[in-house]
Parts: sequence; C-alpha cells; structure tokens
Amino acid sequence: MRVKKNRKEMAEGDMTPMIDMVFQLIAFFMVLINFTDVEQDDRVQLPLSELAKPPEVAYEEPITLQMTGDSEVVFSGELISMDELKLALKREAQIIRAAGDDTQLSDVTVIIRADKGARTGKVQEMIEASQEAEFETFALRGQQTEVKMRTTE
Amino acid sequence: MKIRKPGRSQKIDLDMTSMIDIVFQLLIFFIMTFKIVLPEGDFNVRMPTPSNQTETPPDQIPALTLHMTADADGLLASLKLGERPFTDDANGSAFDKLRGHIIGLVNDEGGPGTASEQEVELDCDYDLQYQHVIEAITAISGYIKNGQRYKLIERIRFSPAKEK
Repeated sequence: MRVKKNRKEMAEGDMTPMIDMVFQLIAFFMVLINFTDVEQDDRVQLPLSELAKPPEVAYEEPITLQMTGDSEVVFSGELISMDELKLALKREAQIIRAAGDDTQLSDVTVIIRADKGARTGKVQEMIEASQEAEFETFALRGQQTEVKMRTTE
Repeated sequence: MKIRKPGRSQKIDLDMTSMIDIVFQLLIFFIMTFKIVLPEGDFNVRMPTPSNQTETPPDQIPALTLHMTADADGLLASLKLGERPFTDDANGSAFDKLRGHIIGLVNDEGGPGTASEQEVELDCDYDLQYQHVIEAITAISGYIKNGQRYKLIERIRFSPAKEK
C-alpha cells in the first residue's frame, strides 16, 4: 500500500496581476451591460438601411411587433397568429384606455421589427391589425449600416 | 517636517480566496448576461386608420404613388413612381435613381434639404420582400451627403395590402 506523503507546502503565487486583470474584465462587462430590455429576437434579421436613425428620446409607450422571415408574427416573445395578434392588440389598447391618465392611443408607438425576407403584405396586415386597434404611430425598424450610396448630384 | 518612521514593514497576509471567489462569480455573471446589441434605427411613420381619414383637402398636393412589383422569389421586379419607371443599370441602382428624381422634385419646391409636404403612397406586391420596402423608404425619405443628413419626403403611407 502506498503511503501518502505528508508534504504540506503552501505554494504562494503572486495573485496581484490576476486580480488586476479580473477587475478589468469585470469593469469592462459592467460598463457594456445593458439592462434595458431591448426586444431583439434571433429569428428576426432586420433590413439594412443607412438612414435608420435611433430614436433621440425613448418612446413613451412602445409596443414591439416582430415578424420572422417566414412571415410569422412574434409578439412578446411568442409566435402567434394574425387573429391572436388582433385580439392581443385590442386588449393592449383597452388597457391603455382603462389606465385613464394622459397617455392616448395615438401616443403609443408601434415598433415594427420585420425580417428582411418577410412578405410585405404580411407586414402590412400587421400594421392594419394595429390600426384596427386604433394605434397610429409606427416605427419601422432597420439595422444601421455605413453610408455606402453614391449621392446623386 | 514629519519624518517617516523607518523599518516598520510588517507583512500582513490577507486571505484573498474569498474575494477571488466573489470576483469570479461577478465576472461569470457579467459574461453570461452580456449581449451584443446591434445599432438599430427607426423610420417614423404616422398612419391613421384609413376609415376615419378625412377627405383630402383640395389645396393639398395629391400623393405620389410608388408601385413596386415582385417576381416569383419576392425580389424587386419593377419600380415605378407614378408612370415613371426606374431600373438598375450601369449608372446606379433603381433606388439611387428614384432618390435622384425625388431630390429634383423636392428642390423644385423649396431649397435643398427641405422636407416636403408631399406624400408618397407605397403600393407593394403582397410577396415582395420587406427589405425592398425599407430600401424604397430610405430612398424617399432622405440622403446623407458629407456626413450631413438631408430630409426629402417623410410622409409615407401604404396602400391596402391585397392578397393574390
């Protein structure tokens, strides 16, 4: 049988550089972290546009509707049908109306995040569904790109 | 003047283990919750319900209609503003030419870079890929020259969608 050697020797490495690095990393990730819940979905690939500008002030009452490349509606993270979307939007409108205070349906911005391959007709149906629920301000979302166009003189 | 007392160097051994544990936990937390957010931007469009829209006042300029048709794959087949067609060729893409035409239209009314009161209605095929709609809106709504953003026509609406 082997006998364990009782060799207790405390190896003391210098931890300082490692701790420095780890703190740097923490600081980096802390600064970059972003808790605002941006509704970004992997299923949606936004169309590119060099003129899409981020809103200067955050929307007061945003509602995000998304559409995947297969023209399926994603509302609050779930795939739903067009009829369900209509119901959900009407409910949403009722809640805003019931809340009373000064938010009006026309102040609500409906953010449309549609995939670049989505069928336009389906996107329009989504807009019409929101219009039926009496929303009227829309933001068509695109992904910003570098300026690549030749400007016409 | 104060004189520093020399030779009082007592090495204090701190136990770093618990701190390092916590620090690593924090590090893991931030790495896991890290999400790259791509820059996104919006085109703001106001579209009231067509039913309660009032009749166009007579002094208002009638809306231009941009017709976009799609081929079988949903790609852009033709682009027409009113009756005027725009096509891709060696001088630039159809959208570049559309933008050039719009710049001409807007400059006739006011100085360069003034947003026009003109309204454009988008009449798109049901199957057209959405990317082309955004390209068209980009072409109509403005352009960037020398890093400066110029506005063209910002009043945009859609014709009712019709399924084939």
